[in-house]
Amino acid sequence: MASTTSAPPPGTESDWGATGGGGGGLQHGRPAPVSTFPAAVRPSQTGIGVALAAISMMFAALTSAMVVRQGAARDWGHFELPGILYFNTLILLLSSFSLELARRRFAQDPGLGREESHGNAGQSAQVLYWLYATMGLGLLFVFGQLVAWRELAAQGLFLATTPSTSFFYVLTAVHGLHLLGGITGLAYALHRMSRSTGSRPNTALGVAVVYWHFMDGLWVYLLLLMITRMNVT
Amino acid sequence: MGKLFAVVLTIITLVSAGLIAAHVWWLPVDISTIGPRIDRQMDETMVATGVLFLSSQLILACFVWKFGDKRDGGKIKYFPGGSGPLIGFAIALVGIEILVLSFGGSKVWAAVYMTPPEPDALHVDVAAEQFAFYFRYAGPDGRFGVIHPERVRDGNGNYFGLDPANDVAARDDVIVGTLTVPVDRPILLTMHSKDMIHSFYVPELRMQQDILPGLTIPLHFTATQAGKYEIVCTQLCGLGHYSMRSFLEVLPPDQFDQWLKSQSGD
Amino acid sequence: MDSSSQAVVRHHAPPQGFIRKYLFSVDHKVIGKQYYGLALLAACIGMVLSWLMRIHLGWATAHIPLLEKLSPAGAPGNVVTPEYYLSLMTMHATLMVFFVLTTAPFAGFGNYFLPIQVGAEDMAFPRINMMSFWVTFAAFVVLILSFFIGDGPALAGWTSYAPLSSVGAVAGPGQGTGQTLWALSIAIFCVGQLLGSLNFITTTLDLRTRGMSLARMPLSTWAWFVTSVIGLLAFAVLLPACGLLVLDRVAGTSFFNPAGLVVNDQALPHSGGSPLLWQHLFWFFGHPEVYIAILPGFGIISTILPVFARKRLLGSRAVIGCMVAIGFLSYMVWGHHMFVSGMNPFSALLFSVPTLIITIPATIVVLLWLGTLYGARMRLSTPALFCVGFISVFITGGLSGFFLAQPSLDTYLHATYFVVAHFHFVMAVAAMFGIFAGTYFWFPKMFGRMMNETLGKWHFWLTFVGVYAIFMPMHYLGLAGNVRRYAAFTDNYLAPLIPVHKFITIAALFTGAAQLLFLCNVIWSRFRGPKATDNPWEATTLEWSTSSPPPFDNFGGRHLVVHHGPEEYGVESSSGDYVMQVSPEKVAAS
Repeated sequence: MASTTSAPPPGTESDWGATGGGGGGLQHGRPAPVSTFPAAVRPSQTGIGVALAAISMMFAALTSAMVVRQGAARDWGHFELPGILYFNTLILLLSSFSLELARRRFAQDPGLGREESHGNAGQSAQVLYWLYATMGLGLLFVFGQLVAWRELAAQGLFLATTPSTSFFYVLTAVHGLHLLGGITGLAYALHRMSRSTGSRPNTALGVAVVYWHFMDGLWVYLLLLMITRMNVT
Repeated sequence: MGKLFAVVLTIITLVSAGLIAAHVWWLPVDISTIGPRIDRQMDETMVATGVLFLSSQLILACFVWKFGDKRDGGKIKYFPGGSGPLIGFAIALVGIEILVLSFGGSKVWAAVYMTPPEPDALHVDVAAEQFAFYFRYAGPDGRFGVIHPERVRDGNGNYFGLDPANDVAARDDVIVGTLTVPVDRPILLTMHSKDMIHSFYVPELRMQQDILPGLTIPLHFTATQAGKYEIVCTQLCGLGHYSMRSFLEVLPPDQFDQWLKSQSGD
Repeated sequence: MDSSSQAVVRHHAPPQGFIRKYLFSVDHKVIGKQYYGLALLAACIGMVLSWLMRIHLGWATAHIPLLEKLSPAGAPGNVVTPEYYLSLMTMHATLMVFFVLTTAPFAGFGNYFLPIQVGAEDMAFPRINMMSFWVTFAAFVVLILSFFIGDGPALAGWTSYAPLSSVGAVAGPGQGTGQTLWALSIAIFCVGQLLGSLNFITTTLDLRTRGMSLARMPLSTWAWFVTSVIGLLAFAVLLPACGLLVLDRVAGTSFFNPAGLVVNDQALPHSGGSPLLWQHLFWFFGHPEVYIAILPGFGIISTILPVFARKRLLGSRAVIGCMVAIGFLSYMVWGHHMFVSGMNPFSALLFSVPTLIITIPATIVVLLWLGTLYGARMRLSTPALFCVGFISVFITGGLSGFFLAQPSLDTYLHATYFVVAHFHFVMAVAAMFGIFAGTYFWFPKMFGRMMNETLGKWHFWLTFVGVYAIFMPMHYLGLAGNVRRYAAFTDNYLAPLIPVHKFITIAALFTGAAQLLFLCNVIWSRFRGPKATDNPWEATTLEWSTSSPPPFDNFGGRHLVVHHGPEEYGVESSSGDYVMQVSPEKVAAS
């Protein structure tokens, strides 16, 4: 039988499929200082792509449900979107920015965050700092969304008040839940960072980064959707 | 095994097709102006699919008979021409059938659902609810009373939510549980539901239409034969769905006029 | 680290202990068997429910022993009430469509064999895979719970049309907790399926072993791959739809509930919702769903037929193309369930075109199967019998679809037993035959023992004749205008057709009893069947180049290299008339 392999087996305990490879293609700039099995990282990249396709489809379904519902009757009901939503958007954009900083620091030296780090302690701390900042900003965003809900409730606009408020709550809730999932993913990436040995890119981090940026973009889309369809002009 | 399969399949095929060809259980008589065209479509489709059914099942039976028992030393044969001719044949055959059937069929469909009713059609308002149909005629004044959804009460028989006390047009509206229509006269139904999705179906008319709450759905037809025919609800509407039935009574014109007069008199 | 040392790194260590080996296992083989077992359980329950329905239809006043004990409200005096009939129908369909037809051929066999057929050690994400099974199991538990709590299981049909399903308990029995549990169960099921699709797609794209190009993948793998893509997009739509349904039921929203509803003399405070919206969302999922149910069967038949015909599948690339085309087209046809729904009549014509066109790839596949049989040297063992049986019943079921695809005929046939005949033939019969074929074929590999051929053949014959006896007459009922979903036919309505219903009931009971042969065969052979060799069928695909059953990492540490496609049957080789995919032997051009 075969004596060599060309599609390397997916590695050890990582559930994201592999531990080899150079940051899964997200890395750029300096050449990867780790052994490269790019094919071994593919599963996690494919996986996150598949997952985001499903999530996109779900929000596409909600969008079309919203469009149809708006056209079905005259009871849509425009209302003023709570101002804090714009602040929350800024928070989320900042969190993507901080996550990018973390990712780049990490990509320069994937051993960061662990004892075997080749880099300096300052660099290592930076990765952790920016990751914690991202998670904190994410939590702040979710908190801000809850504040937005409270603002609406104070005006007597609840889930069942009008179809527009129904969709507002549903869209923000579903997005918020997915964002909390993203925060969990970042926590998991941090966990793997502290536990893994040797110099390997952290595929959990790579996946979490893609997911986070997607959630960010998704929120911008949802906000625009709500501005154009729900907001009083 | 192979021969047994071939025999069993052949018997099943011939019996199944035979029962259809003999019309042992078949569509009831058609009593609408659109009926002949739908029935012709049905017959054409039945012939086409019947030919396909018989030929494909019998070919399958034949192949399993011939090639179904491993013969040592027998050489494998490949289908002449390979896959290409089969693919081309499938595309051509099905493609032509699709074109023929949808061309004709779309015209029939449009005649029922995409043409407006005759201007002199007799207008009957239909209320569907759990679990009965009610039919309303405009009465001698020729005008329907306004429907007030909040006034609908099954308890006192106000199925259409009318307000005769304040609405003159509503006073003479005739409300009955059977759809009675004159023969050879265009009929326009405007159907609404107060609770669930129901559906109006008369097999003899070859027509079916779901009735959605929140909308008023039109359906028009002309009955060509007098008689009494079942109306059945075909959209699951709750536990009494199976008992949500009524009748379509088609009467000669003078009998219909008499009937309507007698209803209005009450 | 260099690649050769990487090669011995296991994906995960062999599991220890009962819990990790059989219960919470990340091994795709165990997960596949768990899915299959769940499907088997759901099928048994679903079949019993159908018996209760059929007995009631044939003999409306029949007393069914013990039924009152099971459901005091639904069957007082052991007679099925109308609402209980509808609940039986709803649960029968839900169990069968979701927990049998989406589970066994796809999640069951696919989980077991996809990684092996592409030469991988396991799925790409084993722990997510394990989660996907237990999420599906949780969905099953929630659904079954609805039998026992609240005022009865949902009765709005598996299609769960609004407003019947969305107004809540005011609509009567079965529309309270039961319906909410139904919606929750299906939502949970969607999550399980999405997790499963994630694994299938990633494994197919990224974990193929050396030499296993996409073109060399067996057709069963292709079918599972296409099915998982369809499922990913379809279940992602059903999930929010069920969410909105639950909100309408419990939170007073009006996504699907229009204004002015008066139910049981209560005016409901909804406004402006659209029942059609539910139908669009549901059928946008629902139509791809039925292709999810049948495409694995296409793949299984296309893989098994050549093994027993001892010749290559005719036009295998075309079959792959047709499966992909069917998957693609399946998203454009959903409106054919809604021709008379009150949607714009012009849309009906638009939907009927792709509906008719989708018959083309299906016809091509059937013709290619027939062309494969031509000139073959068939070994008609039980798997092969179910293959040729599949072809026959799929032809029958597909042809009746031709009527329903035309709106002008659907105006007569919609919601009659003609539709019931059509979907039972393609789903209950054809897809089930695919499951049976796969079981008889892969049982030796999965359990290391052969199934009993005599029992298998009896099972086939009784089932093949039985399903035609059950479902062919339903076409005639439909042509005669017999409406579906009726608990009873009262006041002489359709009286001449009642004998046909009785005939169908008797056929159903007999055919159901015949399935005992299958159950007994599975259970007996599991423990006492004769031991199976590695390749009892002389097949070429990768699962037959490892032991029966395979070791925990599928190939015992070997990393296979693939040299051929799966089609090398009917060729001269050192092993006989076939060449395995992993054999380095060159094949003489034929």
